[in-house]
Amino acid sequence: MIMPVTVHPIKKSEPSRMKAASVRIGAIVLALVASSLFILLLKLNPIDVYVKMVQGAFGTAYRVRETIVKAIPLVITSLGIGIAFRMQFWNIGGEGQIAIGAFAATFFALNMGDMPRPILLLVMIIAGMLAGGIWALIPAFFKAQWGTNETIVTLMMNYIGIKWVTYLQYGPWRDPKSLGFPKIANFSDNAVLPELFGIHIGWLIALVLVAAVHIFMNHTKKGYEVAVIGESINTARYAGINIKKTILIAIMLSGGLCGLVGMIQASAVNNTLSVEITGGVGYTAIITAWLAALSAPVILIVSVLFAALLEGGSYIQTVFGIPQAAAEILQGIILFFVLGSEFFVRYKFVFVKRNQSIDRHQVPAGKEVG
Amino acid sequence: MENNYISMKNINKSFGKVVANKNINLAVRMGEIHALLGENGAGKSTLMNMLSGVYTPDSGSIFVKGKEVRFASPKDAIEAGIGMIYQHFKLIEVLTAKENIILGQKNSFFLNQKELSEKIREMSVRFGLDIDPDKKVYNMSVGEKQTLEILKVLYRGAEILILDEPTAVLTPQETEKLFKIMNRMKEEGCAVVFITHKMNEVMEVADRITVLRKGETVRTVEKETTNPKHLTELMMGCPVDLSIKRIETEKSKVAMEVRNLSALNSEGVKVLKDMNFNIYSGEILGVAGIAGSGQKELCEAIAGLYPVKQGEIIFEEENLVGKSPADIIAKGISLSFIPEDRLGMGLVASMDIVNNMVLKLYQRQKGIFINRKPAEQKSVEIIERLSIQTPGIKHPVRMLSGGNIQKVLLGRELDSKPQVLITAYPVRGLDVNSCYTIYDLLNEEKQKGVAVLYIGEDLDVLLELCDRIMVVCAGEITGIVDARNITKEEIGLMMVGAVNTLQKKEVGGYDNAGNCTSD
Repeated sequence: MIMPVTVHPIKKSEPSRMKAASVRIGAIVLALVASSLFILLLKLNPIDVYVKMVQGAFGTAYRVRETIVKAIPLVITSLGIGIAFRMQFWNIGGEGQIAIGAFAATFFALNMGDMPRPILLLVMIIAGMLAGGIWALIPAFFKAQWGTNETIVTLMMNYIGIKWVTYLQYGPWRDPKSLGFPKIANFSDNAVLPELFGIHIGWLIALVLVAAVHIFMNHTKKGYEVAVIGESINTARYAGINIKKTILIAIMLSGGLCGLVGMIQASAVNNTLSVEITGGVGYTAIITAWLAALSAPVILIVSVLFAALLEGGSYIQTVFGIPQAAAEILQGIILFFVLGSEFFVRYKFVFVKRNQSIDRHQVPAGKEVG
Repeated sequence: MENNYISMKNINKSFGKVVANKNINLAVRMGEIHALLGENGAGKSTLMNMLSGVYTPDSGSIFVKGKEVRFASPKDAIEAGIGMIYQHFKLIEVLTAKENIILGQKNSFFLNQKELSEKIREMSVRFGLDIDPDKKVYNMSVGEKQTLEILKVLYRGAEILILDEPTAVLTPQETEKLFKIMNRMKEEGCAVVFITHKMNEVMEVADRITVLRKGETVRTVEKETTNPKHLTELMMGCPVDLSIKRIETEKSKVAMEVRNLSALNSEGVKVLKDMNFNIYSGEILGVAGIAGSGQKELCEAIAGLYPVKQGEIIFEEENLVGKSPADIIAKGISLSFIPEDRLGMGLVASMDIVNNMVLKLYQRQKGIFINRKPAEQKSVEIIERLSIQTPGIKHPVRMLSGGNIQKVLLGRELDSKPQVLITAYPVRGLDVNSCYTIYDLLNEEKQKGVAVLYIGEDLDVLLELCDRIMVVCAGEITGIVDARNITKEEIGLMMVGAVNTLQKKEVGGYDNAGNCTSD
């Protein structure tokens, strides 16, 4: 006899580390299995495809460098967004802050290209961070002063920031030498970040920032206040924390890091400013920051893996001649499982049979799944 | 199995690694009031939540009228005639009593208003429930809301009523009324299960008592064969002294002076009305009042967390009104407010004990970095001094039991060596032993010359522990009396504003109680 069953998702009391790890590994295995079905549908051998994906990300020194270049903006943006998220300030304005940071850095690159390289680069870094910080400060100020919804405001400011860059590219900053092509002039060599071990120096900046943000969040008073505010505004008030000031400082930092990403991408990767400067990093970083549970060292690992997924994805396009959309579906499937597994880390399912009189030989209800 | 209406056999339930119920047996007969007695964390609520279908047992069986049942949801339980009244009412404020009763019921599309009102009236009379079907819930006093909850459950066909600490929110007069209703239900052949940890109530109203300790049934006893001392011993597993000491100290200087203090809430309603009182060093000033009479606002106003409309709070010849919370903390005024969820203010739930100690320490440190060493040392100290049960100082406080959470909070506040200690509901939901630890701590502070403002729920405790009691009603002080020569009933009348010893006149009658709690 089939009994009607109700399913209760129940919050687990405390997810143990072992269990959490096994759920996550299980999710990756399931993701690979599900992707295999899709790959089979494309009439390809899944194992081949997976091997090539790994090769595409880490197969040669060149590809490793490419993966790292992809990882740099992700790491720094995730760090920035992570600070805001720790305070439960939902800064989804990374895109806009990157664009505006890139814009400010570009201003100096284009107008003061003759300055000595170290000074020009320093000016660009400061300008990028300040501009990104101020861009983020606007929604933070509204929130601290009037309690506006930062999710909406940061999101809306993305459009303003990116459209501003579009306007510059098609309008006043359009390079007359580009023969009518809507493009901003390339930076002079002085405005391009130097390389170290074959990769632009952004990787070193990213590593230093991982350490700095880790220390800030765990060993400074401000970092502690940020965490307290994130846990409970009431407790923060009770402890005498200056909430408005702390929100403004933390978000200035958050936006400043995103602005720095804009500067690095414009200077080292694109050598100019363009609408594509952000590459969606401001949104992707939300995923990586969450996956890393907002911990700076874990952000580093997650961002590199994520960059590898992107690089491997684009590599299989060329090797197997599959369309870009197919590669993106594969990335989507893997992400879906990994993100979805977080739910199973926190909840377990209990199946309860809905019957009033029961068979004594049945297994007791409340079997744990997941 | 005789005339057992419900019997629960060998019930087991664990949450993760925590065993909440272990082989529990319980039998409830028709027409009895059955008290379920136990310390906090003894498993009373877990057991009742299984009986009302909120949780399902890991193993064991439940019989209703001799037939085994398995509930998948509270709906199944109510169909079997079991209804639960929670401590926090599940009513919709903007609807009337009648609308709340029929909410979520399977009705035909059109309601027969007349028939419905008739049925409600008939049930009200039968059980002695005094309810106006057309009164909106927001106009009701706490007692009325509780009565409505009971009526709602009875309307849905419950023959067994489970009440989870029903008297915690009531005045002595309302408690009396509730007991009358419970007795009336008993006469009608229903059964009442009543969760509590108040001994005097058990002795007054229960027929049989089941004592739980650490998730196990200790014993079920008849009331006639037991006494409070015996029950406490069963509950605790060891003999205990139940008297609270009031340490007599010399009345000394005024520590804090509150003058004409008024405050408005966000809707512009006066929540504190022209309050005037002093707190002396070396005394415990108790505050009695129905929940929501301005206690929270008063605490927060003193701590600089609530905007003050007018008036002064004088401490060391300085007015505290307008100073920042950080300044007030620095002056040696400490607030430990235990809200209903026990965590909301004062502690950061997901942080460990060390990081919670840091909360009141770090602002005194120099530089931009936090030094956690002193906090670690202090954590170890308070764990030892207050015998806090924790796996370690790095354990998140959220994972501790309620009593231990409160000890962490109070321990930290006492550690800051305050001159004025404001403590609201410090024993809220604590087991007997922890309560006494906390009373002892407060007495210790008093002996040191600290001025203690104690906001409490249990009038018996206020009467035994405090030197003076200040009674508040709807944000107004209705009396400041000597705790040594006043009765519970007199305080009860001041709590509802029926008597105001400050204005020396009678204001309205008890029937106006409803107006008093409106907030």
